[in-house]
Amino acid sequence: MRSPTGNEIAAGESILSVENVSLAFGGVKAISDVSLDIRKGEIRAIIGPNGAGKTSMLNVINGFYTPQKGRITFKGATRTKMRPHEAALGGIARTFQNVALFRGMTALDNIMTGRSLKMHSNFFWQLLRHGPAMKEEVEHRKRVEDIIEFLEIAHIRKVPVGVLPYGLQKRVELGRALAMEPDLLLLDEPMAGMNLEEKEDMSRYVLDVNNFYGTTIALIEHDMGVVMDLSDRVVVLDYGRKIADGTPDEVKANKAVIDAYLGVAH
Amino acid sequence: MNRAEADTFPKLLIDNAATRGSRISMRHKDLGIWQSWTWAQVLDEVRAFSVGLEQLGLKRGDKFAVVGSNRPRLYWAMCAGQALGAVPVPIYADSVADEMAYVLEHAGSTFAIVENQEQVDKLLSIVERLTTFHMVYDEPRGLRDYERGKLSWIDDVQKLGREKLAADPSRLAAWEASVAQGKGSDLAVMLYTSGTTGRPKGVMLSFDNAIISARNGNVFDKLDENEETIAYLPLAWVGDHLFSYAQHYVAGYCVNCPEAGETVVEDRREIGTTYAFAPPRVYENLLTLTMVRMEDASAPKRAMFRYFIDHARKWGEKILNKEPVPLTARLIYRLGDILVYGPLKNRFGLTRIRVGYTAGEAIGPEIFRFYRALGINLKQLYGQTEASVYITAQPDGEIYADTVGKPNIDVDVKIADNGEVLFKSPGVFLGYYKDPEKTAETKTPDGWVRTGDAGFFDPKTGHLKIIDRAKDVGRLKDGTLFAPKYIENKLKFYPNIKEAVAIGDGRDDVTVMLNIDLVAVGSWAERNNVVYGSYQELAGHPKVYEMLEKHIDEVNKSLVEEGVMASAQIKRFLVLHKELDADDGELTRTMKIRRGLIAERYGALVNALYDGSKVADVATEVTFEDGRKGKLAARVAVRDVKTHPVPPAAMEKAA
Repeated sequence: MRSPTGNEIAAGESILSVENVSLAFGGVKAISDVSLDIRKGEIRAIIGPNGAGKTSMLNVINGFYTPQKGRITFKGATRTKMRPHEAALGGIARTFQNVALFRGMTALDNIMTGRSLKMHSNFFWQLLRHGPAMKEEVEHRKRVEDIIEFLEIAHIRKVPVGVLPYGLQKRVELGRALAMEPDLLLLDEPMAGMNLEEKEDMSRYVLDVNNFYGTTIALIEHDMGVVMDLSDRVVVLDYGRKIADGTPDEVKANKAVIDAYLGVAH
Repeated sequence: MNRAEADTFPKLLIDNAATRGSRISMRHKDLGIWQSWTWAQVLDEVRAFSVGLEQLGLKRGDKFAVVGSNRPRLYWAMCAGQALGAVPVPIYADSVADEMAYVLEHAGSTFAIVENQEQVDKLLSIVERLTTFHMVYDEPRGLRDYERGKLSWIDDVQKLGREKLAADPSRLAAWEASVAQGKGSDLAVMLYTSGTTGRPKGVMLSFDNAIISARNGNVFDKLDENEETIAYLPLAWVGDHLFSYAQHYVAGYCVNCPEAGETVVEDRREIGTTYAFAPPRVYENLLTLTMVRMEDASAPKRAMFRYFIDHARKWGEKILNKEPVPLTARLIYRLGDILVYGPLKNRFGLTRIRVGYTAGEAIGPEIFRFYRALGINLKQLYGQTEASVYITAQPDGEIYADTVGKPNIDVDVKIADNGEVLFKSPGVFLGYYKDPEKTAETKTPDGWVRTGDAGFFDPKTGHLKIIDRAKDVGRLKDGTLFAPKYIENKLKFYPNIKEAVAIGDGRDDVTVMLNIDLVAVGSWAERNNVVYGSYQELAGHPKVYEMLEKHIDEVNKSLVEEGVMASAQIKRFLVLHKELDADDGELTRTMKIRRGLIAERYGALVNALYDGSKVADVATEVTFEDGRKGKLAARVAVRDVKTHPVPPAAMEKAA
């Protein structure tokens, strides 16, 4: 895998920034005039109450939605909208709030699909399972096996993911995203619906991914404890607006955040 | 070097590399692929490791800890250290830091060879308490940013060793001389027993202990270099030390290390082990998994499964024991082998199994017979750390579900007056480390070792039967031997009974208090239209009592058949209104019952068992999961059970 970036997080340059982005579905304003940046090597959290526009923001970032206004700068190139294949080729990978795996395929095959963008040999060789395709396949498999070991899912390698418990499916999904060797990893509620122990495990994997592979991570999460412990910087959305941006401590102390998100004390 | 003269593991390794250098010695599944090492390669790895460790300062007489799961390099670490005259001290990988600290300190370890970051962290949290200490790890993940100093990666240690060997040709000779300096009578390994009471004790075993025991074990079961085993039990456990290390070196067979704890079943299937060892729960789990899956299978498959399994239960063991069996039964069994038994054994990873052992605790006779019926040569053995495992084992063709077999080769066993089992063997340990008092308590002056277990030789088979811990064995008023755990285990083999407490020491008769198993009895209730609202109601249901009475009657019958405890049949019983619970202090954390406390807390019930009353009232304090306490009152019924006449011969023996 790539070499880690070390601890240059604070000084890290912006790998992606969105400026004054607005997104509306008909009359519903999902995001209005939000700017935020993600620096190389950091763990960036996007939080906010239900319907605040968090997932919409991720969808804008990886090109799933096209914003009406604003600019997106990714790795120095500015555009008004991202296209999904550009995002993928440019090194953005994501996981979904509702697990989106191929349920009938094994964990191994699911993760292998994450390598498809990296396959170079032509279709006919692949069909023959011979020559350069075979050699390439072996190399990809090696990467995938590294990830399987990393995520400790060797025991479910050959199990169809449909029958796996939810927590493991989430891990497989993370594995597939990692197989793309992304520069920026978008995690949409990686810990939703997990129990405490699973959350702790997942937190460790997120930290390890950041630390070990040097991957920049942007995550949406509801569990405040997790967000505050994991992330370097937090941006808070509320009704499509950015109401705060800063380190976890700053955000925790922010009056607007306390009112909007954590609730007003009576 | 002559093989017979190879009296230490490093010497055996050199010999194996010379005589069967190209045979596979070890495999490890890594990144989904089985990696293998021949004996010659293992020698090379161990030698480099050993010389590297020497450079780091490990020397003769030092103790070094080995902590982690079953990985080739941790096994090699033991031999690498032994080549220098240092003594490995394997520690249970799941022990908490405090327990580890005790063992490290007690053994005076100066080095630790550990698996991964988890263990490094654990040791770092206690390492200030220890003086000079050097840690060597196998798996570098997550350890990149740790401060070096006294922390090294095995790869680097081996590299250092290889460099030294390459730079100076005399180093090789020096290393070989160091190996030659080792003797069979030297301390080879220290294994800390977890000890149910008090601090763990360090059992010292010499090379002779381990190697002669391993050799005898190999002869007993005709094990040779063609065996394949899988190493998955804790390194610190004497069983693993013998099966995956001593016997492996002596016989030269191949040991396979699984990919992870969770993949053992799958890995076993891929390897197809020929020699296996597992505590009863492993076999239980495999069987339960199969049964659950069969419930989900289609009706024809279920019918086929049931038919052939019934056939196997009837004839399988006889065929395995080479008893005369009618031709039709043989043919149907052969067909069953193709349709059911074969695929099932394949699933279990036991297709090629020649010898399988179960030990550690009593195995349910049903489960035991199930595997035997499939044609798997499952046997029982009885052993201890202090004996380098082997005390008794069942010879092929002489298998009984409730015995632990005959004394192994070179082992003498006798029964003391109080029923305690004593043994004498080449495997008898040197002593407990730094504890001559305990050593003297366990080893008699004339060389016998007290096992602490009570048992007797079954007159019918000549096999040893273990009945209980010696200190728990009591007597009824008439002098009959009363072994509560023996009776309790017999009861607990019924799935409906979760816990049993037998009472009888110093009394006229034996009585029992039972706990039903909510899962088993609950599903039985569902099938039989028994309606209940709570655990308490189900436990007190007359139909449940009826069912349990039948179980007890069967237990009584088997007690009569065995003779020794024929007069200790169960006279009365009751079913407790609540589950015995560790939170209430009624069980230990390892789920062993606390007799004293139970007798005290349920005094009213105990009285009712002996004063002939039909019901008894009881009120107990319970602790809920969240720590709150509450009172639970109940009226519990007491039932009489009819006993079976004791044959006069048994009476004599009992008296």
